[in-house]
Amino acid sequence: MGKTPKELYQEREKRVNDAIQLKVPDRVPFWFQDISFFPAKYTGTTSQALMYDDSVFIAAYKKTLTDFEPDMYFNPGHALHTPGDALDIIDSKQVKVPGREISPDHTFQFIEGEYMKADEYDAFLNDPTGYTISTYIPRTFGAMAPLATLPPISGLLLGYFGLPMASAFTTPEVTAAFESFYKAGLAISRHNSAVGSLNQELKAAGIPLACGQITLAPFDVLSDTLRGMRGLMLDMYRQPEKVLAAIEKLLPMLIGLGVSGAKMSGTLRVFIPLHRGAHGFMSLKQFETFYWPSLKKLMLTLIDEGITPCPFFEGDYTSRLEYLADLPKGKVLGLFDATDIFKAKEILGGTMCISGMMPLSLLQVGTPQKIKDYAKKLIDVVGKGGGFIMGPRSAMDECDPNLVKVWVEFTKEYGVYRS
Amino acid sequence: MSGDLKIILADLKEKDALEIVKNRLDTGGDPLSILDDARRGMEIIGKRFADGEYFIPDLVYSGEILKQITGMVKPKLAKAAPVKRFGKVVLGTVAGDIHDIGLNIVDFVLDVNGFEVLNLGVDVPAQKFIDKIKETEASIVGLSGFLTLAFDSMKKTVDAIKTAGLRGKVKIMIGGGQIDEEIRNYTGADAYGKDAMAGVSLAKKWVGGV
Repeated sequence: MGKTPKELYQEREKRVNDAIQLKVPDRVPFWFQDISFFPAKYTGTTSQALMYDDSVFIAAYKKTLTDFEPDMYFNPGHALHTPGDALDIIDSKQVKVPGREISPDHTFQFIEGEYMKADEYDAFLNDPTGYTISTYIPRTFGAMAPLATLPPISGLLLGYFGLPMASAFTTPEVTAAFESFYKAGLAISRHNSAVGSLNQELKAAGIPLACGQITLAPFDVLSDTLRGMRGLMLDMYRQPEKVLAAIEKLLPMLIGLGVSGAKMSGTLRVFIPLHRGAHGFMSLKQFETFYWPSLKKLMLTLIDEGITPCPFFEGDYTSRLEYLADLPKGKVLGLFDATDIFKAKEILGGTMCISGMMPLSLLQVGTPQKIKDYAKKLIDVVGKGGGFIMGPRSAMDECDPNLVKVWVEFTKEYGVYRS
Repeated sequence: MSGDLKIILADLKEKDALEIVKNRLDTGGDPLSILDDARRGMEIIGKRFADGEYFIPDLVYSGEILKQITGMVKPKLAKAAPVKRFGKVVLGTVAGDIHDIGLNIVDFVLDVNGFEVLNLGVDVPAQKFIDKIKETEASIVGLSGFLTLAFDSMKKTVDAIKTAGLRGKVKIMIGGGQIDEEIRNYTGADAYGKDAMAGVSLAKKWVGGV
């Protein structure tokens, strides 16, 4: 008799947790990490439809995940971040949306810029919330531009003396801005409740959720959404003390985001996609100064709260493996992209569970034999003695469903640990 | 402030470098020799990048300092002396992909290593590459891509160059994100570069070993 979904759920959760705790599971677990827009390709729809139609989105994800039955899955609410209609309503300046600015078949793309200017560190440091409301949001959301006219919200700290500012909220422009915010919020609520029921269905089908929350490294927030890569790189030379102060300011916010989100979701694993600390993006000295200390503190605090950090080390981290080896044993799930697989296992094997490293090139245009050969190498080398979860190097958007099938079936069969 | 501009620029001492340039211009120094020193400084920076001593932030910062130096010198310049170049490279991120970090790094290192770079930017349709190859008679094409959608875009671009009858006249290299030998084979490009310096080595090899 087959196993019940509940038994399967427990079996998968145990398989994943054994790997994370560096024990030897019954077989190598596998997952798709950020499956991104692969479900569109797999079910024959477009990325645009996935972003704009909740029912298409839910059906595509459900079919893909229940067909392949991974040992855990990346929260689809995280993968797509925000439904397309909410981005339209708010007029986001930071993202190109499939079917709007780019092909309906491709993934959305982020538009980086200096949304915070070089001389605005003090404004941000002195009053992050005020800065967010009256400077940052008006720049990044077109519909919220009128908020730039509001007086400082901290004026309300004067109690009823501050109340006269309420009149600034009544202009037609500001009213329209808040109306857009409200409408975008409604779209997101609708989407969230669809994702919530999808998560329930997948749980009922016996597939555990991988991560309950996302948070980011403080440096990456500064680089991705505030100063932009170029701006922040110049700041590292011209105003390093401001950069460090901003990182210190962001750290507790990002810890809070990770801890509260994970606890609310009930899944105590937090995804941390890392962007600008990889080899090439800065020297080891800059890594030691600007990137690693706050990231390490973020991960250690999550661990203290009983949460497993799941950092995605995008790019090449081979030159940084010794730093990562400093983390507590069996408490972290590290997702790797272009890092040297042998060195990663050698240096980190006793520290953290390793996932990723399956080349997307093979899963997109390779041959079944090449895929089996590479997967075998990963299982033999990185999977040796446990502590390995099979996964792709990065987002699976364009993978060939038939090749993915070969990869999954081979992993399930060859990945069994035989003592 | 005095000192060797090329070394001070190579060491990324922004204020000192700008002060030297100002002093030299104020005291009737030759604008061309200032630009020549700056170019030598950038060559040292390119070498340090190749040696793994410098990284992207150093390139970005040096580019910013150089821009200011050029801005100060240009008004005093009758006409710029032509710099000897080894060859022309048409460069761009392929259609559908808007990522430009890798693209600009390759542009930088090719430039400081003596190539004339024709950077078409991001999301470049195949026809634009073809037009630029015809217009400039460049012998090397570099296709960049970060997202996996670039695999097909690169293949389409290489095919279009072939259809336009230009395939025999250009060498094509590809690179970025998830690109590897598998993708080189798929796209029909001549070579893939693992990083920016690999692109320089390929370009040098193709123009006849400089």
